[in-house]
Amino acid sequence: MKNPLSQKVVQLEPSGIRKFFDVVNEMKDAISLGVGEPDFDTPWRIREEGIYTLERGRTFYTSNAGLMELKVEITKYLKNRVNVSYDPKSEVLVTVGGSEAIDMMFRAMIDPGDEVLIPQPSYVSYLPCAVMADGVPVVIPLKNENQFKLTAEELEAAITPKTKILVMPFPNNPTGAIMTREDLAPIVDVVIKNDLYVLSDEIYSELSYMGDHVSIASFPGMKERTILVNGFSKGFAMTGWRLGYACGPAPIIEQMTKIHQYAIMCAPTNSQYAAVEGLKNCMGEVQKMREAYNQRRRYLMHEFKRMGLECFEPYGAFYVFPSIKEFGMTSEEFATRFLEEEKVAVVPGTAFGECGEGFLRISYAYSLEDLKEALGRLEHFITRLRAGKK
Amino acid sequence: MANKETRRAILNYIEKNSKADLGDLAIMLGTDEVTIANEIQDMEKEQIICGYHTLIDWDKAGSDMITALIEVRVTPQRDQGFDKIAERIYNFPEVTSVYLISGGYDLLITLEGWTLKDVSQFVSEKLAPVEAIMSTATYFILKKYKDHGTIMVPQKKPERMLVTP
Repeated sequence: MKNPLSQKVVQLEPSGIRKFFDVVNEMKDAISLGVGEPDFDTPWRIREEGIYTLERGRTFYTSNAGLMELKVEITKYLKNRVNVSYDPKSEVLVTVGGSEAIDMMFRAMIDPGDEVLIPQPSYVSYLPCAVMADGVPVVIPLKNENQFKLTAEELEAAITPKTKILVMPFPNNPTGAIMTREDLAPIVDVVIKNDLYVLSDEIYSELSYMGDHVSIASFPGMKERTILVNGFSKGFAMTGWRLGYACGPAPIIEQMTKIHQYAIMCAPTNSQYAAVEGLKNCMGEVQKMREAYNQRRRYLMHEFKRMGLECFEPYGAFYVFPSIKEFGMTSEEFATRFLEEEKVAVVPGTAFGECGEGFLRISYAYSLEDLKEALGRLEHFITRLRAGKK
Repeated sequence: MANKETRRAILNYIEKNSKADLGDLAIMLGTDEVTIANEIQDMEKEQIICGYHTLIDWDKAGSDMITALIEVRVTPQRDQGFDKIAERIYNFPEVTSVYLISGGYDLLITLEGWTLKDVSQFVSEKLAPVEAIMSTATYFILKKYKDHGTIMVPQKKPERMLVTP
């Protein structure tokens, strides 16, 4: 028999962390700080709209790029929140989660050999998606001492004549790092000087705790070279609805829509209607959730400080990224032992790139009570480790 | 944090959880415990915070506490409007709330009693004979689905996976 598999797929680096995830998800009695999705249910208004949509029999395809009503609301929202204006007719594509938008963008823009700059630690799908699109991923390791922000020097050092796309994953999963306007300005200069395109993954934009999120697309000269990816999963607590979008220059969106049309057809119809309700009437709930996350973020930082666990203060998403280097273990060893000995799941930093070694991703998408219980066990664990080292 | 903002944040938090630990609250709001304690004390004095109650599911506690809603039509009294008659009603300890209502009737009363007889006695002996009260209509609550913003029926268990990227 012929080899049934594509060599490209087989050679894709298997996510080593998958195994760890499988072990954790099998453990019935474990508690967790490892979840990458909100603990809040989707606001009821949105759910109710989803139900109503089904009752109304709105069970058909929408147009490929998405419901016009939703695209109009998305453009209003972006104008209002990040001050970038898009044409709903030609510059918006509604996708099956932000992940699809990332995939579509790479497939629409990359020719074989084009280099894609991927700052890490970052979300797991940029690198494999770039490879699947025949691009060459080039990792930029971000540093703890820079609070895991991307600096212009790091960016410039990674650019070659083949560089085409820079991924900007901020607010960042897993570090919680954000890029302020001041942080972005020098990056913008380098991007324009070197004629790069930017994939700005802003899925955590609503979860920004130091003033409003700033989109790189809002800088002069950047809208025409940025694909802004966002969605409803995090800010609106809609992970399971699978709904995101990409906005950018019409010629790119047109090609992305073409692939999307063949591969996906359209994003789920009832999710689209529900999202319209979310954008129109749920910003208050989004703000309440943001406030709750921010309170827990402060609580977690306070507790880490008290435990003497080294951690820069992150201002975005719902993650903190403490260093565990003092314990002389790899991230995976630490996470595995913590799980076995204290029954708490955390995600090793290496799940998000090699430069995540020595760190853990800890999520605060949990109630205060859950956080307290898990932090109590963490303190117990590290106290024991420290005592053992003496 | 500005004083007004601190107050709003405190109120938002303790509205749902009056048992909140002040130390935790201070950490979560990015301020200190003394500030929180002072603000709460001030708001108690100003009667912005009017009390701390416990939301009890009496059914589960094994008590057959019943709640009645009573609509009351009133003849407003000269110079005193509805306030005088409202006062007369709200001073009964079994009355848990009294609202002045726009629409077909004037006062809406909620009443907690141990038995149907308690409630009917209250209506017939305390309310109906009052001269200013023109009529009453009493409704019994059969089931509390949601009370004071809290859903009283059993809630689902969390279904998130333990770890996701």
